[in-house]
Amino acid sequence: MAAAISTPTYNPLSALYADGIDKSFGGSKVLDGAWIDVPEKKIVGLIGPNGAGKSTFLTVLSKFAEPDAGRIISRVEDVTHLSPEALARAGVVRTFQVPREFSELSVLDNMIIAAKDQIGESAWKAIVFPKRVAAQNRAITGRARELLDFLGLSAVSANAAKNLSGGQKKLLELGRALMTDPFLLLLDEPFAGVAPGLVDVLIEKLRQLNERGIGLLIVEHNMEAINALCGHVYVMMRGAILTDGSPKHVGSDPRVLEAYLGGAA
Amino acid sequence: MTAYLVSMLTEAGIYALLALSLNIQWGYTGLQNFGLVGFLAIGAYAYTLPVALLGWPPIAGILCAVVLGAAVAYPMGLASIRLRVGFYLAIVTLGLGEVVRSVIVNEQWLTQGTRGIAVPMMLPELSARANQYFMLVLVLCLIALVFFLFERLGKSPFGRTIEAIRDNEDAARSLGKSVAGFKIRVFMIGAALAAGAGALDAVYVGYLVPDQFLPIITFYIWMAVIIGGSGSNRGVVTGSLILVFFLEGSRFLKDLLPMGYAPSDAQMASLRLMAIGLALTLVPIYWPRGLWGRKEF
Repeated sequence: MAAAISTPTYNPLSALYADGIDKSFGGSKVLDGAWIDVPEKKIVGLIGPNGAGKSTFLTVLSKFAEPDAGRIISRVEDVTHLSPEALARAGVVRTFQVPREFSELSVLDNMIIAAKDQIGESAWKAIVFPKRVAAQNRAITGRARELLDFLGLSAVSANAAKNLSGGQKKLLELGRALMTDPFLLLLDEPFAGVAPGLVDVLIEKLRQLNERGIGLLIVEHNMEAINALCGHVYVMMRGAILTDGSPKHVGSDPRVLEAYLGGAA
Repeated sequence: MTAYLVSMLTEAGIYALLALSLNIQWGYTGLQNFGLVGFLAIGAYAYTLPVALLGWPPIAGILCAVVLGAAVAYPMGLASIRLRVGFYLAIVTLGLGEVVRSVIVNEQWLTQGTRGIAVPMMLPELSARANQYFMLVLVLCLIALVFFLFERLGKSPFGRTIEAIRDNEDAARSLGKSVAGFKIRVFMIGAALAAGAGALDAVYVGYLVPDQFLPIITFYIWMAVIIGGSGSNRGVVTGSLILVFFLEGSRFLKDLLPMGYAPSDAQMASLRLMAIGLALTLVPIYWPRGLWGRKEF
């Protein structure tokens, strides 16, 4: 029996739900009716051959690009036309495939900046209420140190972020995203450029985060990591969702194999 | 000689205020403002017209300059900063400098054009000498105040966030920071300060003509910031002192050269431009942090 083509079921309660997403750059249609459903507190994978549109989809879902068509819903709210910063403040936070650390600032400052609702972000209040700003800053610093500890970055907290290794930058980017108190993280290839020995560590960290109640959408090529983490996987092909299901289920789907092999040919 | 020294220090102080203004825009936030001189001119005329023609008290004139500077910066920032490419702001501000000077030249009913306009002393009941000292003290006090405020701001969450925006704008957005909002605020703060410096400059010079506001002034200030060190308030204040030493020192250069070899004033002005161009090119390459810079250029 041929597997049925996956179709979306509208699920407004999800942490993130999108359907009918189109996106073209110039003449080429990169996303063509893409959809996804990331339920609360779940780990969902997004895989597919190179050029399938995964990163573009993540860029649109995080609102760093405007979709040409379709809708994006998060916890009942329509966020299709929100700015990326507003979506991040609402609790859906992305990371980047190539880490984008604040290079000149220390690792600790990178973390502290990310905290939400800082009184001292108002220039006026920063000057007039230094004590309140300092008190809040102490609390934020404490939380940042805890997270750096969790991520194993305590030893380098005073270093300039630009001097970290590739894997450490990935961890810092994850930590920074966590400082914003997200309920959903959109991770763009979190395992790319991470030393093989660190992959298991990162898998374990992500699992622990999920146990704390944070949902994850992971775009990834590393199937070992996807199999270890994700209960549900979406397979992307030519800008659309080819199929979805458990990693095992999609792994045995002949169309998925064909997509990968065809993509490689 | 004392009078000359007082005068030079006052001039250096006004440049220092402008350098602090550029430093919060460029050094902290990465905003490319190539129209500082435009805000300087706006401030100078926004001070002088109400004070000289309507008899406003000087303090009201300074406030008028500061408010107008920020008010002009707001729509410019709104239009160009939201485009999210730094060069747009550079182009718009460069244009502003020219537009402002053109308006001053042509709207003679308001500015008296190239005939110029006399700026009254701040303390007319006292002697010119006393006014000179008063200006120096006023400028120094304002530098101290701005320095204190900017240092506090720089270490606050606001300061950290604008530095993060300079380092990586998309990352700041991904963390929920309203990048455009921060940039527009910084642009307005810097513009208000530059206009305030313009008010002081008007009083210091004593007579306003549009030719005082040529684009080269903007690049003098860039030089002070680059040599002093982007992102460091004390660096750019020091840079301003070096700048004025350089500008004034080149005037004495010809006295040191043997007769017949000394360049004429016109040649000297051109040589000065060449030297500034050279400094703006070489310092970022070979000395990217300047004196006290906290980031590489």
